Amino acid sequence: MFSRDSWQEIFETIRKNKLRTILSGFTVALGIFIFVILSGFGNGLQNTFKEFFVDDATNVLRIFPGRTSKPYKGFKAKRRIELENSDIEAIKINFPLFLEYITPRISRGASVKYNNKSDNYTTRAVAPSHQAAERTIITKGRFINEVDIKDKTKYAVIGRKVATDLFGGEDPMGKYLDVGKIAFKVIGVFQDAGGDNEESFIYIPYTTRQLIEKANDKVDQIIIAYKPSIGHSGAISLEKKLRLFLKKKKIIDPTDQSGIFIRNVADELKRNEDFAGVLETIVIFVAIGTLIAGIIGISNIMVFVVKERTKELGIRKALGASPKSVIAMILQESVFITLISGYFGLASGMVLLKNIGNALEEDYFIKNPYVDLSTAMISTFILIIFGAIAGYIPAKRAARIKPIIALRDE
Amino acid sequence: MINLKSLHKSYKTGATSLHVLKGINLDIEKGELVAIMGSSGSGKSTLLNILGMLDVADEGSYYLDDVLIENLNEKKAAKYRNLFLGFVFQSFNLINYKNALENVALPLYYQGMSRKERQKQAMEYLDSVSLKPWATHLPSELSGGQKQRVAIARAMASKPKVLLADEPTGALDSTTSYEIMGLIQKINNEGKTILVVTHEDDIAKMCKRIVKLKDGVIVEDKKIKQIIVK
Repeated sequence: MFSRDSWQEIFETIRKNKLRTILSGFTVALGIFIFVILSGFGNGLQNTFKEFFVDDATNVLRIFPGRTSKPYKGFKAKRRIELENSDIEAIKINFPLFLEYITPRISRGASVKYNNKSDNYTTRAVAPSHQAAERTIITKGRFINEVDIKDKTKYAVIGRKVATDLFGGEDPMGKYLDVGKIAFKVIGVFQDAGGDNEESFIYIPYTTRQLIEKANDKVDQIIIAYKPSIGHSGAISLEKKLRLFLKKKKIIDPTDQSGIFIRNVADELKRNEDFAGVLETIVIFVAIGTLIAGIIGISNIMVFVVKERTKELGIRKALGASPKSVIAMILQESVFITLISGYFGLASGMVLLKNIGNALEEDYFIKNPYVDLSTAMISTFILIIFGAIAGYIPAKRAARIKPIIALRDE
Repeated sequence: MINLKSLHKSYKTGATSLHVLKGINLDIEKGELVAIMGSSGSGKSTLLNILGMLDVADEGSYYLDDVLIENLNEKKAAKYRNLFLGFVFQSFNLINYKNALENVALPLYYQGMSRKERQKQAMEYLDSVSLKPWATHLPSELSGGQKQRVAIARAMASKPKVLLADEPTGALDSTTSYEIMGLIQKINNEGKTILVVTHEDDIAKMCKRIVKLKDGVIVEDKKIKQIIVK
């Protein structure tokens, strides 16, 4: 069945029936190609969603102040709540078993100048532990430390993008930046997995910011990292306790939904993972649909091919071809064509995905599209097997046809 | 060479049964050149199908070279066809994407002959029908007569015991028809048993024996004086 001679016969047939070969080959190649591209894009979308969180710690609660919605204990509704340094201390004292670290954050936009270059950046006034919460990676120098907080130093840690934009090739370390008309000394440069957006920040000590702003003690938000060992349910109960604690401290109606807001990153992460799961299901659905379309395509072609060859098969039978050899010939030929063109579609799809790379990230949220090689190979084999089955049925019928009927003149 | 005894064949079409062959008795010796004649519906195609092992009789026996042809499954029929029979058709039935040489070599491929050997033999057979210079031409590049000669060479290549020709001249003009009949006579003179199905009297007269069929029975079976094609 797989003798050298039968291969020669098949190669000859393929060579001399180019249209047929190209037609069936093209269907398979296209099917696999589209499958690879779609799965790749699906994976790329998932990557983008996952990326939203890779740059931050996930055991984090963020506390924001807001306005109350209910009057309480003599206070009117719509009272504006503000967080202060004392709140941080109070949380530290009351929740020592839960806390890994705690940091305030005060964000302010500022025009930043160095020599002739200037641009608008956001400064984040933080405590040293903020580095862990944002997973900031220091590449040069150091991050803000406790001494900076205590001494209210005018030191700044700048993002990679700030460094390249303002300093170009120059080493920014030790240079003075004009941040909103106040000189800050650059003591560190950082990178962040969040990319350009995250690398456009400038970190300064929060006490320095408070000093600049009329020596107040207000903070925008408080970031709390809980011990991972308390788990998801522990985090939810901590969130509840914190809310009650702060409402009591700020004299807010315990039933008031506004006033204090707490965002649990783990919750959001879970929501996003659920969404990514839905996305994955859609991708699998589309991929299976493509495969089915490919199978239908190759089946149609096989039916057409066998129909077209009925007369030839009749001649072969009259000359002594056994039904088995007729079926074997058709199957070998179709499997050979699907194998080659399947590989071709697979390879070109992979090459295209590789070339696209991150080009679609900005506009289409497709990051690093790729397709698992084994998935792609399995689908190619599925297509080959179904192509063979699709060819087998008409081939078997053709092999059964009596030569004299196949050869009857129209 | 061929021995048929009370051969019956009917086709069932729904509720009615059509009795096509109603007891055919026929003996053909080795080396004969027999014309089978009959109008359409006479059963000559059915007879040829049974002789060619493309169909089986309901009743009666069929011996080919003293081998009882019965209980044919597809595989066995294919093997017997390959070993015992050569077919020549009205419409040539060459494989259009194979050149003359490859067409002639095809039955040898199914006999399991090596590529080199079958190409050599096929070339000899092509030469015997004086088409050696056309070996690499596709059927579409050949005239009707040339195509039929390739088909005859192909039928002969497997060294069959019997050559079955179904209206071999039906698609050819009379000059070419005679040429083909001359070739068939030549092969016959070399000792091959040949059956020619035809409805043309002049073609039948070039054979050595005429068997006439009508309504499923042999109505006439006579040896004649052969008209030799020059």
